[in-house]
Amino acid sequence: MAISDDVLVVGGGLAGMTAAVAAARGGARVRLLSHKASTLRNASGLIDVLGTDPESGAPLADPFDGLDALPGEHPYRILGEAAIREGLDLFDDLLGDRYLGSHTDRNALVPTHGGTVKPTARYPESTGSGLASSRERTLLVGFETITDFDAPLAAAHLENAGVPFEVRGVTLPFPGEFRADVRVTRMAHALDEDREAPVDGRPGTRAALAERVSEHLDGEERVGLPALLGDERGEEVREQLSTRLGTDVFEVPMGPPSLPGLRLEDALEAALHEEGVRVESGNPVVGYEGDDRVETVTVERVHREVPYEAEQVILATGGLVGKGIRSSRSGVCEPIFGCHVPQPEDRYDWFSEGVFDDQPFARFGLRIDEGCRPLDGRGETEFENLRAVGAVCGGYDSAREKSASGVSLATAATAGRRAAECL
Amino acid sequence: MSDAYQPDDGTGTDPATANTDPDVSADEYDPVEVFPTEGMDLRPGADSCYKCSTCDTECPVAEVNDEFPGPKFQGPEQWRLKRNEDTDIDDSVMKCSNCMRCDNVCPSSVPLSQMHNTARGLYVEERMDTLSVEYVRNRILSNYRTSAWLASKLPRTANVAMNFGPARWLMERTFGITAEREFPAFATQTFREWWTERGGARVPNHEKRVAYFHGCYSNYNTPEVGKALVRVFEHFGYQVLVPEQGCSGTPMFANGMLSDAKRHAETNVEGLVEAIGDGADVIASCTSCSMALRQEYPELFDLHGIEELAAHTYEALEYLRIHEDLEGALRESEVDPQSFAYHAPCHARNQGLATQAVELFDSIDGVTATDVGDSCSGISGTYGWKAENYDVSMAIGEEMFEHMADDEAEVGMTECPTCAMQMNHGTGYEIRHPLQVLEAALC
Repeated sequence: MAISDDVLVVGGGLAGMTAAVAAARGGARVRLLSHKASTLRNASGLIDVLGTDPESGAPLADPFDGLDALPGEHPYRILGEAAIREGLDLFDDLLGDRYLGSHTDRNALVPTHGGTVKPTARYPESTGSGLASSRERTLLVGFETITDFDAPLAAAHLENAGVPFEVRGVTLPFPGEFRADVRVTRMAHALDEDREAPVDGRPGTRAALAERVSEHLDGEERVGLPALLGDERGEEVREQLSTRLGTDVFEVPMGPPSLPGLRLEDALEAALHEEGVRVESGNPVVGYEGDDRVETVTVERVHREVPYEAEQVILATGGLVGKGIRSSRSGVCEPIFGCHVPQPEDRYDWFSEGVFDDQPFARFGLRIDEGCRPLDGRGETEFENLRAVGAVCGGYDSAREKSASGVSLATAATAGRRAAECL
Repeated sequence: MSDAYQPDDGTGTDPATANTDPDVSADEYDPVEVFPTEGMDLRPGADSCYKCSTCDTECPVAEVNDEFPGPKFQGPEQWRLKRNEDTDIDDSVMKCSNCMRCDNVCPSSVPLSQMHNTARGLYVEERMDTLSVEYVRNRILSNYRTSAWLASKLPRTANVAMNFGPARWLMERTFGITAEREFPAFATQTFREWWTERGGARVPNHEKRVAYFHGCYSNYNTPEVGKALVRVFEHFGYQVLVPEQGCSGTPMFANGMLSDAKRHAETNVEGLVEAIGDGADVIASCTSCSMALRQEYPELFDLHGIEELAAHTYEALEYLRIHEDLEGALRESEVDPQSFAYHAPCHARNQGLATQAVELFDSIDGVTATDVGDSCSGISGTYGWKAENYDVSMAIGEEMFEHMADDEAEVGMTECPTCAMQMNHGTGYEIRHPLQVLEAALC
C-alpha cells in the first residue's frame, strides 16, 4: 500500500482541521482529505458553544449553565463539559489574539448583518468593539452594492431588540471603480492594498472610505461596517480607519462568501502546515475496505478509485448541508461508511408542520460514544478505529441551539487525541 | 465528477429503443425529457448552483479584472439566459482562462468548466468572424502543435526567427501576440526522434506497462522531461509505450476551438485505447494533458472508448505514488542538497494533486521543496500570450513571483510547461519538472 498514514481525516471544515491538529499534536502522522476547498468561507467566523437556553429558547448568558438541560443523546452530554473546554483551549491556542472571548465563560453578544444579536463564545478581534452589551452610540455603514447588509434596516432591527445604545444606519458608495455585482473579496483586497484611486492626487481606498464615513458621523463613538475590511491586513485597515474617524471601528459578520470565515480558514491551514499535517483537496472519499476495522478508505480520483491506508480514521464530512449525511425519499444515510443514522420510520415524521417548529431532521446524524465512535442500531461501535466529528454527528440542532462550532471543537479535540492515543 | 448529462457511451440507454428492448432493466430508462435539448443538457448542473459565490471569490481573473463577471455568470446564469431568452453568449467568456479553479471549490459540484467550455465553443461558432485577426490568431495559438511541428524541422532557425525583435513587434501589432515574452526554444531533437533512435522501450514487461502521453511540449520543447519519465518508469520495471498522438486539446478548449480539439481527441483516443487493450495505463507528464484526458474528454466528446481512457489516465508522479514505494526508493538514493520553489498548476490542483510533489521531495534528505502559495500563475496556456491579456496575466502571477522571491530556493519547480514559462518570465529562475529531480535521484 503506497499511501499510508497513522490518522486519516476525511473533511476539511472546522471540525476536520482541528481534529487533524489534535491528532498531530498527539504524535501521529496525519493526512487530511477534503473533497473541495474548505467551506469555512460560508461560515460567519463566530465560534458559538451554546447560545440558546434549551428550555426557554431565550439567549443564554453562560453556555455551560445550559448543558444539563440538553437531551441525553446530545454530543455535549455524551462527551461532557471537559471536552468542550478542551476544544475551546485548542482553538484559543491556535488562533491566539486573533479571537476574543477566552477571558470569560460568558457569551458575548455580536450584532450580525441581519440586525440580530448572536450569543457566541469566541469572536474575531475585528468584531470586538461592536458588542451589543456596550452602551456606545453606534453608526452602521452599508455599501450600495452589498445588498446583504442594509444598514438602516439592521439598525432598526437592533433598536427593536432593545439594545442599550443608540444606533443609526447609512448606505454609501464604496470608493473606487467596481462592478455593480462586485465580490466582497475584491473590496477587501482594495483596502488591503490601499490602491490609489485612478485619478491622480486622490487618496487611497482607506482614506477615501474614512472621508465618506466621516461626513455622516454625528457624535457616534463606534462605526460598524460589513466584514470586508481587508483580508490579510485587516488590523492595519481598521486601525487607520479608526484613527481617521476618531471612533472605534468594527466589522459586522456577513453571509457567504465570508471574510472572517476565509481568515479563519487561512489561520487553520497555517496551523495544519505548522503541525506537519499532509493536506489533499480536490477528490471525494466514496467508500472503504474492511470489516470490524476500516483498513483503507477509497478516494475517487476523476473516474478512478485509489485506496488510502490508515490506523485511525476521523469522519468530518458535515451534515445534511455539507453532504456528510445524505437523504432520499427512502431514507437518510451516511454515504461513505454506511453508519447508522437514527430516523423515524415514516418520512412524514421527519419534519413538523411549522417552519420554526422543533424539526426532527435537524438532529439527524450519527450517534457517538464518549470516544466519538459512531454506534450502530444496537448501540455497538460501528468500527473500532472510526471516529466522527462535527456536523456529521446527530442528536443536536445547531441552528436552534447556536452550538455548531462548539460541537465541532469538542468532538474534534476528543477524537484527534483519542486517535493518536490508539496508535 | 459533475452531475451534468454525459454523452451516451454506447452502453445502451438510447431512449428511443429503451422501452422496447426487454434486455434493458427498468432503472436504466432515461427520464422523460421535459426540456428538449440539443447536445449536452447542463440543466442539472445549473440547478445545483445555489449562488454562494465561492467560485467568484476563487477566480483569478475576476480578482484582478473588474470587467470580468466571474464563473457564476459564465456558467449557470449565462446558461439560463441562453435557454430562456436565446441571449447571445457574452464576449467576456473569452476572458476566462480555463484554469478550472471554480470546479475545485464549488460545494455543489456544479460542472462550471464544462459550462464555460461549452459556452466558449458556442461563442466562437456563432459570434466570431472566422476572417477576423482574433480568430486566426487564436486558431494559430491553440494549434500550437502545428507550429511546433513546423519549427522542429529547422529548430535552430526557428529559435532565432521566433524571438527576432522586429518580427515580434510586428506580431504584436498585427496579431496581438505579446512581445513581452520569450518564445520557448525548440529542441534540436524531438522526444519522438530520440525514442526512435534509442530503439523504443528497453524494458519488456507484459505485467507492468504504461503508455506515455507526452503531449506537444515534452516532444518539441522539453524532451528532457520525456526522457526523465522513460528512465524513471524503466527504473521501476515498466515497459513504456509511446502511441501515436496529437495535442491533448487544452489550448483548443480555452479558445473555444472544439472541432479542432475533437479531431485531435479522435487520434488520441484511438491510440491510447489500443494501448490500454495491451494492458497499459496512460500517464502524462503535463498536468493539463492528464486533466484533458480525464475530465474534459468525457465531458465534451462522445467517442468510442473515451470513458475507458479517462478511467485509465494518471499523472506520472501520481501513478508512481499509488503503485510503487517511491518514498522508500528515494530514501536509499544519493542526491545533492538542493531546494526548489514549487508551484502547483491549477490543473494539478483540480486533480487533487497540488501537494504531492512537495510531500514527496520533503521526504528526501537534503532536498527541500516549498510551496509558493495557491495562486494561479496567470499564464494559463495561450491566455497570457495574448497582448490584451498580458497585464492581467502578470497581475495574477504577482503573488507567485513574490512568494518565489521570498523563498530561499533559486530554482523553481512545476509540472506545467506554461506555468514554468511564467515562473521563469517573472523571476528569471531556471525551472525543473519533478520527474527530472526523480531521474537525478534514482537513475
